[in-house]
Amino acid sequence: MRAATKTSLKKARAGAGKAGASSKPGKRVELLFEIGVEEIPAGMLPRAVGELKTILEKHLAAESLNEGVAVETFGGPRRLTAWVRGLIAKQADVENEVTGPPKSVAYDNAGAPTRAAVSFAEKQGVALHDLLIVKTPKGEYIAAKVVKRGRTAHELLSEILPRVIHDLSWPRTMTWTGLEGARFIRPVRWLVGVLGGKPLKFSFGGITAGDITVGHRFLGKAEIRVRDFADYEKKLLANGVIVRPAKRMEKISRELESHIKRAGSGIRLHKDPDLLQLVTYLNEYPHVIEGTFDGEFLNLPDEILITVMRGHQKYFAMENSAGELVNTFLAVINLAKDPQGLVCIGHRNVLRARFTDARFFWESDQKCKLADYLPKLQRVTYESRLGSYHDKVERMRAIARWLAEQWFNLGMVQAHVADADRAAELAKCDLATEMVREFTELQGVVGGLYARAQGEAEDVADAVYDHYLPVGLDDPIPRNLTGCAVALADKIDSIVGCFSAGVIPTGSSDPYALRRAALGIVKIILDRKLPVSLSLTIGAAAKALLTHPPKKAVTPAQEAQVLEFLLDRARFVLREKHGYAYDEVNAVFRAGSEDLVDVEKRLRALKAVRKTKNFEPLAVSFKRIRKILEKANLPAETAQHVNVDLFEKDAEKALYAAVRKAAGKVSEDKRAGKYQEALDEIAGLRKVVDQFFVEVMVMAEDEAVRKNRLALLAELLREFTTIADFSELGGEERK
Amino acid sequence: MTVKAKLEVKHKGLTFQDLFLKLAHFWGKQGCVLQQPYDMEVGAGTMAPETFLRVLGPSPYRVAYVQPSRRPADGRYGENPNRLYKHFQYQVILKPAPAEIQDMYLKSLEAIGIDLRAHDVRFEEDNWEAPTLGAWGIGWQVLLDGLEITQFTYFQQSGGIELDPISVEITYGLERICAFLQDVESVYEIRWTEDKSYGDIRLAEEQQLSEYSFDRSDAQALRAEFELHEKESRELLEGWKHLEGNVGAPTIERIRYPLLAAYDHCLKCSHLFNLMDARGVISTTERAALMARVRTLACRTASAYLEQSAEAKSGVRG
Repeated sequence: MRAATKTSLKKARAGAGKAGASSKPGKRVELLFEIGVEEIPAGMLPRAVGELKTILEKHLAAESLNEGVAVETFGGPRRLTAWVRGLIAKQADVENEVTGPPKSVAYDNAGAPTRAAVSFAEKQGVALHDLLIVKTPKGEYIAAKVVKRGRTAHELLSEILPRVIHDLSWPRTMTWTGLEGARFIRPVRWLVGVLGGKPLKFSFGGITAGDITVGHRFLGKAEIRVRDFADYEKKLLANGVIVRPAKRMEKISRELESHIKRAGSGIRLHKDPDLLQLVTYLNEYPHVIEGTFDGEFLNLPDEILITVMRGHQKYFAMENSAGELVNTFLAVINLAKDPQGLVCIGHRNVLRARFTDARFFWESDQKCKLADYLPKLQRVTYESRLGSYHDKVERMRAIARWLAEQWFNLGMVQAHVADADRAAELAKCDLATEMVREFTELQGVVGGLYARAQGEAEDVADAVYDHYLPVGLDDPIPRNLTGCAVALADKIDSIVGCFSAGVIPTGSSDPYALRRAALGIVKIILDRKLPVSLSLTIGAAAKALLTHPPKKAVTPAQEAQVLEFLLDRARFVLREKHGYAYDEVNAVFRAGSEDLVDVEKRLRALKAVRKTKNFEPLAVSFKRIRKILEKANLPAETAQHVNVDLFEKDAEKALYAAVRKAAGKVSEDKRAGKYQEALDEIAGLRKVVDQFFVEVMVMAEDEAVRKNRLALLAELLREFTTIADFSELGGEERK
Repeated sequence: MTVKAKLEVKHKGLTFQDLFLKLAHFWGKQGCVLQQPYDMEVGAGTMAPETFLRVLGPSPYRVAYVQPSRRPADGRYGENPNRLYKHFQYQVILKPAPAEIQDMYLKSLEAIGIDLRAHDVRFEEDNWEAPTLGAWGIGWQVLLDGLEITQFTYFQQSGGIELDPISVEITYGLERICAFLQDVESVYEIRWTEDKSYGDIRLAEEQQLSEYSFDRSDAQALRAEFELHEKESRELLEGWKHLEGNVGAPTIERIRYPLLAAYDHCLKCSHLFNLMDARGVISTTERAALMARVRTLACRTASAYLEQSAEAKSGVRG
């Protein structure tokens, strides 16, 4: 890129300054860029479309081609498209002054150029008589004015576009031409690059770009010449491809809507925004067709019907006003129409076969009771060092019972030890059923359905059904307390067990989804406001691991590691989901983190009080106090007695009096859970604290006086950082 | 009226055997060697040496064959209309994968009577992996009106070896396609010929082999057989390692060395593993361990086979 051009330097010299531009406002042109690929997995497309835009913008910026440019990108199963408007046709020329060797080296005593001057001029591509002398602080040097000629967008894009394709990232790439060949998500089969109506010259993976695109597999032509984006969009539409995902989604929504309308009153779509997005990216020319299935399949639970329709066939389900499924489905096909209804018949047959399978499992699984599957879990390994699922169930029972008992003793009347025990016992049984083997995503749900159908208590059945929840942070938590107990027991057992076996999540490796389990624990506790001591719960899980197979001892260090792991997730949830600031979370955690519900309460109070005028200045003072104490090697936590007789200044006395007075009130408020009142009380100390620092020199000459003042500050910090440690507030946001 | 009656008698779609023939005819014209099924129990067409070994190394190859595939755990005593202990795959390997392979495949669907404009044919992400073979690839399942009819894969690795060139594997599920073409609800109703049904020919096999693998096989004997075959395969592979000579100096001993037999024993292990699995005598942990043992044999065979075939190509000396 640094190659200096040797031609017509003088002409280019017209420019001025060290790196002055010398071009007139250039012509603007449009780029059409398309990567033609064999079917890209639909789930990856939305991200790829976004990334294509960012990467393209980045490369354009690197070549100063981005100014005033609009980049839009689109994607479908067989293509990624970029439309760039307002590209500068040619880069501006740039003049640079390049400094060479010192003048004393470049010219001999007679003033004739030496070899050094000659080779410098040659290297820079300028004539000897064009060399300049520049003055620098180090002395006089020779220099050359070098003009970097602006290159055309045409040239640059031919270099940029292959790199853009290369830079797109995918979860897993492949090669189709051999180990030395290009890598991409699926084989690249054609490329379109047209700039200002002219095809660009570049290639990738052995494919040469041109101005020929490809239509829909069955509805379009295989070779379509295009001039620009408008031409491209229009011609592709005529060839069965809707380029813009938004338009495809709109078409699907509109057609779904019209089927719903025709279905009659009260009928509605079983809402599924993820499915809508998926089918948008699965089809180049989406079209909605309607089919029906035998009404007797409606005897199967909705969960199973929907999983079959949605997960496997990607059909939309329909329901009546009561939310019950009806025997109609809507499928999105990649064709303009289904005139003979053949596609519809095909889909209907497939669905019937799938439902028949599901019914077969539903009936054959229930030839015995859910609990009868328990012994079979002995053969299902959870983790080689942690034994079978049967072992895990025994541990879960112990932990769930312990939790329920704790809650019951705290006066939570819904806590039911026997139910928690039974639900934990049944929770994993469905792993041995045919239905879950076929539809793994229905684990838990199937167990819950069988439990209900077989007359288990509703509380127990619901708990079994829900105990994998929450899977993500936006998921609901188990609907009843028993479900929460089983879910917590399952998750804490996984974490403690795996940590004790050395299976600790690192980077992207988290095979047992322990991070998700930890987030689930945090979410259940916070959402349901459960009184759960984290360390005691970890202790209960450790005890279960010791008293039940594999009878493994968990070391205190491992327990501490688990606690830190959970707290780390808790901080994350409080920041990302509850919207607390980094320093607020740190401040509150420093004042204690055993009870997450209490943590959240303190955070809420802190956030409210923080906005009041006294608070931030007080926080600054607290920070100062902590620094002073640290410097004096006197942590706030070490007890020191304040001696009132040693006070010299009024401000000291005033502060002490204020502290004593506020302390009583604060601890009273705190006990009553009135954190905001307590914090207001503390904020009220601002004036006396400020006054103290104005009047009092803490590090007094007299050792006794100094120690007494430090003791006063230590007490202040000790008394008033039990809700949140304000000295953590403010400063840089750290990540 | 008589005309109408005649029309009703005429059945819809190709017979099962005509389906084989049409596909063979089609792929034969694309330059494929039309092979016969491998004569041992395999779980999939991929396991036949014509795929597993041929995709290794640099030599171009095109082959197509029907492969009866046994999956004991999928048996349903002949009572489920869609699930079988044994089914038939039509297996096609093109090495290297031609650029127009998707179109070629779609033409094969037309050749068996599928009107691509009247049906919804699509390629949906489905990467394939065979852990017991140390093999994986990138590709799709092909859906015909929502029905999975083909697995379409660009092999990336086989026997733990990175492939170069890349082969494409096309595996048609013949029963499903035929049931679709004939518009019947159960595989057993498929007309194999004009007067014999799939059920006439295969039902007894499904009933008996399901009964055997779920209820009557002798787990201890299966285990012992597994050990025996594994031992023989391993010993053969050890023998190759200690054989005189090295790459570039092939001897007749090296060229005759029975690595293909080592692979046959590996295939036996794989089938015995499937039988034990169906019998329900393998725990999840043991399962992983047994699979790793089969994989070790497959991977070792693959690398030995590569050495041997390179030598064979360079010609025998001395």
